[in-house]
Amino acid sequence: MKQQLETIRQEALAALSGAADQQELENLRVKYLGKKGELTAVLKQMGKLSAEERPIMGQVANAVRAEIEETLEKAKTALAAKAMEERLKAEAIDVTIPGEEVALGHQHPMNMVLQEIKDMFVGMGYQVVDGPEVELASYNFTRLNIEDGHPSRDRSDTFYFTDDDSVLLRTQTSPMQIRYMENHKPPLCMLAPGRVFRKDEADATHSPMFHQIEGLVVDENITMGDLKGALTTVMRKIYGEDSVMRFRPHHFPFTEPSCEMDMQCHKCHGTGEVDGQVCSTCHGEGWIELLGAGMVHPYVLENCGIDPEKYSGFAFGMGLERMAMGRLRINDLRLIFDNDVRFLSQF
Amino acid sequence: MNVNRNWINEEFVDLSHVSDKEFVETMTIFGQKVETYERMDAEIKNVVVGKVVSIVRHENSDHMWVCQIDIGEEEPVQIVTGAQNVHEGDLVPAALHNSYLPGGIHITKGKLRGEKSNGMLCSYLELGLTQNDLPGAYEDGIWILNDEDCKVGQDINEVIGNCDTVVEFEITNNRPDCYSVIGLAREAAAAFNKPMKHHEPVVKGSDAGSIFEKLDVEVPAAELCNRYTARMVANVKIAPSPKWLRQRLRANGVRPINNIVDITNYVMLEYGQPMHAFDYRYITSGKIVVREAEDGEKLTTLDGNVRDLNAGMLVIADDTRAIGLAGIMGGENSEIMDDTTTVVFESANFNGTSIRQTALALGMRTEASGKFEKNLDPMMTVPAVQRACELVELLCAGDVLDGTIDVINYVPQPKTLPLEPEKINRLLGTDISKEQMVDYLARLEIPVEGDTILVPSFRPDLNLMADIAEEVGRSYGYNEIATTAFKTSTQGGYSNEMIMETKAGSVCRALGFSEIITYSFVSPAVFDKICLPEDSCLRNAIRIQNPLGEDTSIMRTIALPSMLEILSRNNAYHNKTVKLYELAKIYLPKEGEVLPEEPKMLLLGTYGAKETFFTLKGELEAIFSALRVKKARYSAVSDNPSYHPGRCAKVAVDGVDVGFMGQVHPMVCGNYGIDCEVYCAEIDFSKLITLCLPEATYTPLPKYPSVTRDLALVCEEAMTVAQLEDCITAAGGKLLRKVTLFDIYRGKGVPEGKKSMAFSLELRADDRTLTDEDSVGVVNKVLDKLKTDLGVEIR
Repeated sequence: MKQQLETIRQEALAALSGAADQQELENLRVKYLGKKGELTAVLKQMGKLSAEERPIMGQVANAVRAEIEETLEKAKTALAAKAMEERLKAEAIDVTIPGEEVALGHQHPMNMVLQEIKDMFVGMGYQVVDGPEVELASYNFTRLNIEDGHPSRDRSDTFYFTDDDSVLLRTQTSPMQIRYMENHKPPLCMLAPGRVFRKDEADATHSPMFHQIEGLVVDENITMGDLKGALTTVMRKIYGEDSVMRFRPHHFPFTEPSCEMDMQCHKCHGTGEVDGQVCSTCHGEGWIELLGAGMVHPYVLENCGIDPEKYSGFAFGMGLERMAMGRLRINDLRLIFDNDVRFLSQF
Repeated sequence: MNVNRNWINEEFVDLSHVSDKEFVETMTIFGQKVETYERMDAEIKNVVVGKVVSIVRHENSDHMWVCQIDIGEEEPVQIVTGAQNVHEGDLVPAALHNSYLPGGIHITKGKLRGEKSNGMLCSYLELGLTQNDLPGAYEDGIWILNDEDCKVGQDINEVIGNCDTVVEFEITNNRPDCYSVIGLAREAAAAFNKPMKHHEPVVKGSDAGSIFEKLDVEVPAAELCNRYTARMVANVKIAPSPKWLRQRLRANGVRPINNIVDITNYVMLEYGQPMHAFDYRYITSGKIVVREAEDGEKLTTLDGNVRDLNAGMLVIADDTRAIGLAGIMGGENSEIMDDTTTVVFESANFNGTSIRQTALALGMRTEASGKFEKNLDPMMTVPAVQRACELVELLCAGDVLDGTIDVINYVPQPKTLPLEPEKINRLLGTDISKEQMVDYLARLEIPVEGDTILVPSFRPDLNLMADIAEEVGRSYGYNEIATTAFKTSTQGGYSNEMIMETKAGSVCRALGFSEIITYSFVSPAVFDKICLPEDSCLRNAIRIQNPLGEDTSIMRTIALPSMLEILSRNNAYHNKTVKLYELAKIYLPKEGEVLPEEPKMLLLGTYGAKETFFTLKGELEAIFSALRVKKARYSAVSDNPSYHPGRCAKVAVDGVDVGFMGQVHPMVCGNYGIDCEVYCAEIDFSKLITLCLPEATYTPLPKYPSVTRDLALVCEEAMTVAQLEDCITAAGGKLLRKVTLFDIYRGKGVPEGKKSMAFSLELRADDRTLTDEDSVGVVNKVLDKLKTDLGVEIR
């Protein structure tokens, strides 16, 4: 019997080591370990053995079964690993084949830059508002302290809808100052971006329609120092913390004192020259004009029912196109409104 | 406004020790922004005064001369010239080897027919000068310098008067006083804190008589002429002006003409007061009338052009006819000529707006009109005319008659303002002492007596405390004001519409649409281009009265044409697949309102191989879903003329029409030159965002499984998915959770004229697993209703 078991063991191990696939393994398992398998058949003869022999032979039989089972398991694992390896090999791909194209849309560069600026101001407590583009002359001019006969009111500069020049396409976002102050009491903090219109033929630097961003802050004790602080903070966020800024006196009818804010040219660092040539970024000026600003003119506050003795404020306005074009190095304003997808998809 | 630095340095405040760069920067920071500045000698280099030591004929030429030129060095240089007016001993401009002339001309040594020439002798034209700059100089040859104050070897720039810098200032509208050398010198003196020298013109007078015997001035158009001041000069000797005067004119871009005309121009530059000189002999009856032109009146101006005038335009006339266009240009009929003997100097103050409008209407903006339109100081007319007469005497150009005619039509109102240091400091955020403020104002020649500021007449811009604050602020230095953070605390944010726009934009981009920005104004022709009916109310657009052109003359009432134009343009650029969106305002006139409504439209537009009605519809549904718009219904419309009659849907949400989508009518595409299928959607965005579900709250996930039943339904060809869907939904009851169309089939097994539509019904209960009876019940109810209501059978 011991001999039989040894024979089975040897045969089984030999067969298992030669098995080529899982099916063959299964067949061998049935052949040797199955209910009708050879090992079972041998074990069935155990009854014939003496009481002394039985445990000994039992031990031997169990050892043989265990060995076959273990070998079987190993063979299975090895075969599975091999099969997996082959499958993976077969499934290998050229990873340099391009991915399935997902055509994402692009935000218009003007709105891309605008969104950033708006978010920045919102973070600083500004309420973003929108207003009419077809506007009353009283909002666009009169109540902003721009008197009758002022050159900007000329029909050569402004688009009008009525004979009496009372309805027009707004030439600036400043009328939003009036509209906002009419409906809100200080303290107020407003940002009004939007379209504006001037009678300029379209060329590389002009467009009859463009965008401005207007800002207004009114409260008690707002100072010119506050104006400088607020605008310096924002512009440094946009142009970098190390940007050098300066303020220059200027004139706007609706602010007094008024100023313009310049940034030192990044390219020539204010020298106006790069390698002996006139700096192409600032055209040799050394500075780049960023925006116009000023302390809200007392007449304008009065025009909106706000007591200039009690309240003061500052306002500012910047051109979106100038800012975005400078930043994105767009050299022709016409590209902005041409909407060629080859242009749009660059941003 | 241009000004040369030497004029300021020599006459008003000596800043010659200040470099150009420092001057320009200081002035800019002080509030007089410099646009550009240029050295006048920048163009001419290495050209010197030379003396002709010898001149001999060129051996191989019948017109050239070989000259030995002494340029103040050990050896003379040899220069060949073709000019015939050079003689031994003459002083001439010699452009040496490696020299530059105006226009970037580079002179180097070379050989002319075998003779070495180490440079070139120059004419004045070659040095950038004109006959006007050098009256009497020989025109067709070398500029002979024998009469000039110069010496051998001297840089020619010094002889010409080019050792100077011309600075161009951007003058702001509120500062008419700065359109003058005196005004800018005053600013420069204040900016550098140096005293300003003033000159009071003194006229000696003559025994040539009195103006009152010869001239009478009437100003019927009093409201357009604040002041009219005149003086007269007799025994005039017209001649060229002296060099110093010509040079100052030239530096400022004014062409010297003759002494009288030059004086008027000189005074205009110096004082900012435009002046005019009339030849007295052409003033009929010795009478000047300042009146409005008559409609149809004509005047030939000094430039030789005949001007058609009309009422409202101010003219200077005599008894019989106009002799000048007030404040803009004189008339040819009273021009100063070489034989002029008696001159009337006009120094007037005209209404700025009137002058500007006349200049604009006639298309002739001049130096003078440009100044007048800024509303000049009426106090300036007398000093200016005095200065002109003083110059006449200085130049020995004639005898000034006694007396000044001065018609004044305004009441001078001396202006005072309280000096309020506390308020100024509070506005600026500074702590400047009152004494310091007084000093700043004094530098600007704004006197302060006690607490009262006596506003000078040349500063019409100073009207209240804030104006004074600006003067103090810029004197202190804007950049010296400490930056502070204001303490106002407000909540920043966006309106709901803006938030929705941002959301819609991101979804559009995720779906592959790129954003465009188009003009708000369009051509009236777009209505025909999109085949809009003649009687459509959308044709009622508001019209710009003074558009740039017909193409941009009306405010769009519909945004589809803008989208089509951009699609068309991209098609022309051969961009293959294009998907675009715009959030575009339209402008709808509103009965009884002055201003139109400006709702925002969401426009989608696509063309390309994979674009169909249903891709666009799916995208639109995705956008609606992202915005939580309530369920939208699409119904076929065949009467929107811009769209394919069989491929257009009206979109409604909650019973409210919000727009259209579909394939653009091939004819409309044709009108835009597009030869492929174009799909567009136009949705009233402002309306759409009022039709959204409230913010989502959590609904518990289903505890029990759902059951799916598929139904293939045979119906008439004309029947729509929506009809069947509605019927199924109505019959399904609350167990029916979802109805999805998954197939439409025509052909074998389906009778002619019919189609099969297959729907998948998802059934589920919240409180139990559905039994077979449950689902069979629902399906039967659905089938019953389909049969009864629509005659639809299961396949």
